[in-house]
Amino acid sequence: MEKDKIPQDDGALNKLTREVCYAVDESGNYTTALSTGWEVKAAALGLAWDDIQQRIKDAHDKVVRKEASPVLFFMEWRLMDVPILASYTGFWQWTVKRHLKYDVFQKLSDKKLQKYAEAFDISVNDLKTMNVHEE
Amino acid sequence: MKNDFVHLQAAHCENGVTTNLLRKAGADKLTEPLSFGIGSGLFFIYIPFLKVNKGPAIAFRTMPGHIFKRTAKSLGISIHRETFRSKEKAEQRLDECIEAGLAVGCQVGVYYLTYFPKEYRFHFNAHNLIIYGREGDEYLVSDPVMESVTTLTKFDLTRVRFAKGAMSPKGQLYYPKENKIVTDEQIREGIKSGIRRNVRDMLHIPGPIAGVSGIVYTANRIRKWRDKLGLKDAGLYLAQLVRMQEEIGTGGGGFRYIYGAFLQEAYAYLPQDELLDISKKFTKSGDLWRNAAVHAAGIYKGRLTTQQDFDLMADQMMAIAALEKDAFQDLKKIKWRS
Repeated sequence: MEKDKIPQDDGALNKLTREVCYAVDESGNYTTALSTGWEVKAAALGLAWDDIQQRIKDAHDKVVRKEASPVLFFMEWRLMDVPILASYTGFWQWTVKRHLKYDVFQKLSDKKLQKYAEAFDISVNDLKTMNVHEE
Repeated sequence: MKNDFVHLQAAHCENGVTTNLLRKAGADKLTEPLSFGIGSGLFFIYIPFLKVNKGPAIAFRTMPGHIFKRTAKSLGISIHRETFRSKEKAEQRLDECIEAGLAVGCQVGVYYLTYFPKEYRFHFNAHNLIIYGREGDEYLVSDPVMESVTTLTKFDLTRVRFAKGAMSPKGQLYYPKENKIVTDEQIREGIKSGIRRNVRDMLHIPGPIAGVSGIVYTANRIRKWRDKLGLKDAGLYLAQLVRMQEEIGTGGGGFRYIYGAFLQEAYAYLPQDELLDISKKFTKSGDLWRNAAVHAAGIYKGRLTTQQDFDLMADQMMAIAALEKDAFQDLKKIKWRS
């Protein structure tokens, strides 16, 4: 890539910093320059986030229909999957999967609920009521 | 409690931390491309059956931690690396290092990294940054991908040091144990062994998923994505490939350019014309990766939808695999004169 072809599009990272790119100058020697972002990248990231929002919404609807527990909703909301959530809570993966069921969740002890609340960085009450405070 | 620390921005976090910490330990001529090349950073792997954020697991670089370890070893600088079970011990140990005036590399997860924009905060646990001091409750942070330094509170720093999930950092910190004088001769030897190891990683790892053959393997998978996954998920998979390829910290196309820069810098130590010619091949490869990303974007933005478009994507990757194979075979053939 030539230095003057380094894209200077808008991107989410732009709010924080520009990023270093390696590129060649007119005489073919490598040099570095800063880029504000690349539209191709921004579109890929945007698509990933659209998918996440959709998954969060689907999870929300499932919980409302009592087909899943709020653990599923907050797991999607925190961009986690079962292995990550198991790692944060210290539960086995199969235990977490059980807790994703609506009926099982209703019978969980306060101690277990507290572990989930900590993993999601929310209160137990918010966990039970699926209440979200946007950060 | 602040040492005379100079922030250094880099294209990739581990390169940046490696370069900065080893420069302070005496390798004052070290640059990001040299760290990347001596540490044999260029790689490709597709791990089937493993999912990252519900998409394919693809990496364009070597295992986290390897660049630092290999570069330090090549330059004869011994390093200290430590992980912790207890958060208190991890905090205490970091404070001791800072008291002693050390700048310390830390592995962190980015999900709770408060200064990152929300859009970038995924559960990715192999980010690296340097802690170079403390002012009250605020730790002074030099994150190599950023233009300037920043801070983290004690609570936030401990939380990212103990992020959970795949590759969890377990509070890992690392730093060079000693100050040494690094000679040009050591750098020369480091360059040669770095190239040798990278040739091995790209050409000679058995099995189909890693190195140049991993690129071919991925291309052949992509041909089947449209039928197997449906257009929407196939698009998501391609978007993930592009993010792994181009985002900071993983930039695959960018890595090819850094490797090209490395070969040019290597020429200053080992003036053999082949290096400059092969450097051009890596520049070309970086360009091809970027073209492929543009094509992939056409698919995930919904402009390109046919099987032919997926085949074209795969064909572009086959061309990249052929070019990189050729470039590494050239590197393998170099007869070093010094």
